[in-house]
Parts: sequence; structure tokens; C-alpha cells
Amino acid sequence: MFEDLRDLYQEVIFDHNRNPRNFRVMENADRQVEGFNPLCGDRLTLFLKMDGDVITDASFQGSGCAISTASVSLMTEIVKGKTEAEAQELFTKFHEMTTGKEEHINLEALGKLAVLAGVREYPARVKCATLAWHTLDAALKNEANAISTE
Amino acid sequence: MSGFDVNKIRQDFPILAEKIRGKDLVYLDNAATCQKPQAVIDSIVQLYSHDYANVHRGVHTLSVRSTDKFEAARTKVKSFINAASDKEIIFVRGATEAINLVAQTYGKTNIKAGDEILITAMEHHSNIVPWQMLCEQTGAVLKVAPMNHKGELIYSEFEQLLSDKTKLVSVVHMSNALGTINPVKKIIAAAHAKGIPVLLDGAQAIPHMAVDVQELDCDFYVFSGHKLYGPSGIGVVYGKQSLLEAMPPYQGGGDMIRKVTFVETEYNVLPYKFEAGTPAIADVIALGAAIDYLAAIGMNNIAAYESELLDYATVKAKQIDGLTIIGEAEEKGAILSFTLNKIHPHDIGTMLDSLGIAIRAGHHCAMPVMDFYGVPATARASFAMYNTKQEIDVLMAGIQSLIEVFG
Repeated sequence: MFEDLRDLYQEVIFDHNRNPRNFRVMENADRQVEGFNPLCGDRLTLFLKMDGDVITDASFQGSGCAISTASVSLMTEIVKGKTEAEAQELFTKFHEMTTGKEEHINLEALGKLAVLAGVREYPARVKCATLAWHTLDAALKNEANAISTE
Repeated sequence: MSGFDVNKIRQDFPILAEKIRGKDLVYLDNAATCQKPQAVIDSIVQLYSHDYANVHRGVHTLSVRSTDKFEAARTKVKSFINAASDKEIIFVRGATEAINLVAQTYGKTNIKAGDEILITAMEHHSNIVPWQMLCEQTGAVLKVAPMNHKGELIYSEFEQLLSDKTKLVSVVHMSNALGTINPVKKIIAAAHAKGIPVLLDGAQAIPHMAVDVQELDCDFYVFSGHKLYGPSGIGVVYGKQSLLEAMPPYQGGGDMIRKVTFVETEYNVLPYKFEAGTPAIADVIALGAAIDYLAAIGMNNIAAYESELLDYATVKAKQIDGLTIIGEAEEKGAILSFTLNKIHPHDIGTMLDSLGIAIRAGHHCAMPVMDFYGVPATARASFAMYNTKQEIDVLMAGIQSLIEVFG
């Protein structure tokens, strides 16, 4: 019945929405930042454990739609073990993929995150996918306690 | 229902023939804004094609034609809500500006530090924020009468909050997030017994029921044109003439003056005192066309038909496992707010859109209502006179399927 939506709601997204990975409060986190999308009420808290400039652990709490939950769940998986610079580079690529500014995006470089490429056809939902990454960006820059998509 | 024919009405709304993602449009976002009948579209085309010029200024033919049509629309609004005089009808941009106008003119003049303004727990942000701003300016205090879990005003608590300090009551007639219709006659009588004026926010109520401001005896009644099948960008403040006469102007400029020198200005008479600048001429006239269209159908016929739709939708919704209706007031307009177990309203909105169904997903500009129910957002199907039971069936089938897909 929802054939048109298969690009947006891939099975991986349903899976991460049902069973979000790294969904826990992190004791003794080095970084803790809240992300908020006031338009839809999506709210998450991101926790990072750092060793120098390497992200050794990432987790989150919060509530949101399937797209935003899957996005943050996938993100916490993929950034573990990455340096800050590598994570920033992923954010840039992810942003390009979801906002569709680049004609030829190398989806392979994004690994599992490529399942979220479908949001670019749904401008109203792009912020759901990017909230996690804006929150990570703020956490890495260590510049804010809370960020908002608006 | 004498002569109410939904199929005939649907033919008057060209957009209802639109295909969305290849499917028939099922438009259930009427509480956000209503679609427009051909008569409203035609009136705008007619004006700009044949009759348009500025109003209240020129001696030339087109200015006279525009002015006549503009003032005729004012009379139509007056009759539609049964105001006592055309002078009591002020055109603004919408219900939001209307409340801001009352806050910054009546409010600023009559409300002082320590005074209280009383609203309810189910207000739209537009009936909260203008009063908060006024409180900040004056040192007055905003009081909020609570509601119960069904989304009904707890009237006894409201009554207790009416005190010697209360200087204004501002209450929503029908809630946009819950559908609740407030007992406004009782509210007004109780406030008046203590000499307190009452503003009714009629943005949601006005397209769904007959409104008689003299029978209600409200002091102000505000609404938007776009929810009444008219254009966006136009709205109305009704105010009792004696109150409006005593209020200072809202904005300064052309049209609202009688005489200007560099030393002083003499303000124009009602209603022009509150209408500075060139108004939304075509939109006012088109709102008049919308009112003509509605009057021909009859507001009581519309109310009866929509009540049938809501009953049908409510019964169907209750048959869906995991669906929770938010707002179950005894007195309720044609709004069905709901949540689904673990499925976020935005996912519901996107999935239904792929089936051609337009609903609203979000906080409905009523964040305190969402907080009360402990949800970040709800999905809301809101009905208009052109909706059908078949469309409700399409909605319910869509909800069933998306529950299955989410698993």
C-alpha cells in the first residue's frame, strides 16, 4: 500500500526505530548535548565518550519519529572509533546526501547511512534526519548545551 | 437536513478534484485552513479584472465600485455574526492580529500592574502570547483555568479564578487541538456578573456553527477569513461599539485619521479608526463571497452534517487497536486528534500523504495542551462540510495499513 514510500521508509529504518542501538544514558560522558526540533517536538540527548580526539562511545536518549530515531541510532553506531575530523567529514557527506545539493554523491562512503538518502525527496522530513548530526556537530565543537533545528 | 447535498458542495471546490501522488485528495486539514469555493475564487478574479482601485479615497468610478463592494462585505460580516452595527466590524489580517489589537488597545488602556487576565488551558498560542506580552508591559498576571482529561474546561475552577483583580477573560470558543466547544454563554454570564469583559477566540468555531454575538453577549469576537472558506490574510475583530469608541487606535497611518497637522491628529470614526493603511481589499470582498456561499447552505445545516461526520469518525477510530483519541469533550466540533502506539505523528502524516490524505501532525500551536497530555505531538484529522464518510473510511484504512507496516 505504501509503495511510493519504500525509498524513505526502508526496512533498516523500521528496524532501528523498533530497536534503537545505543539507546541508553551514558554515565561519565565527556560530552552531553540536547537536540530539539521545535516544529515536530523531536528531542534527543546525545552522549559521547572521548579518548583524545577519538570517539570511543556514543549513546542517546529521547523521542522522535522513525526517521530521526533511525538516524541517531545509525549515527551512534558509525561514529564509534572515528576521530573528530572523520566524524565531521561524515556529517558533511550526510548533509550533502540529505539536502541533495550534490549531483553525484558517493553513497558507498556513507555505508549504512545511505538508507536515509530517500529523505531528500521529502523536504519536510530532512530535519528529522539531520537533527542527530547537528547535535553531534555541537557536541564535537563543544560549543553548546542545546541545539535547535530552527 | 433540508437540501444539504455534499456531492453538490464538493463540485464547488475545484481543488477537491486534485490528485496527490496519483491518488484522490482526501483533505482533512481544515482546522489549519479550509479550501476555497469557486465563488470566492471568482470574486477575486472579478475584482481585479473589472472593479479594482483603492478604497475610501478616489472620486473615480473604480474607487467607488471597490469601496461599495468593500463596505458591502463589512455588512455581510455584520449580518453573519449578527453584530448590531457595521461600525463594530474591524478588518485585520487574521485572528492572531485581532487578539493582538485588543491586547494592545483595550488591554494597554484598561489593565494595570497586579490586574489579572484569565484564559484556559486549551488556548492556541495566539490567545496566550499576546497576553503574556501585555503582562510584561503592564505587570499584570496571566491566570489559566484548568481542563480535565477529556479536554473540557473545569468550570468550577474557572469560576473561582474570576476575582476582583480579573480585568479580562479571553477564551477559545472551540479548541483547534481538541475540538472542545466551551460553554461560552455560561462563561460570559459569570464574567459579566462581576463586570468583566470577555473576548472569544472564534477562529475554529466560526466555520462550524452559527454565531450570534448579541445573543452570546461577548464583548469581543475574533476570527480568521481563511478558516471560513475565504482568503488568508484577512480576519475580523468584532467589538461592542461602546468599548471600541473608548479604545485608542491600534496603528497610525492613512485611513484611520480625520485630520492631520504636525501638531496633532484627529482620529477617524469607527471602524476606520482601527484600519490604518490600504486594507486587503480583494480578500475582504472575497470573504464576503464566502459568507454569501455559507449563508445559502445554512450554518445549522453545516453543523448538523459535520456532527454526523465526527460521530462516524469517532466510532471508526475507536475500533482501531492502539489508537488513542486526544480530546473527548461532550461538546465537540469536527476535529479528531489522535496518537498511535509508538508511531510518531510525523510518520503518520508522511505515510497518509502518500495515500493522498492530508492531515496535520504536530503540536497545533498549542504546546501547553501537548504537555498536558504528555505527548510531543498528535495527528489531527479535521473535517469540513465537503468531507464525506467515504473519505473517513479511506483515512481509517490508511491508519490500519500503516500500523501493519510499522509492526
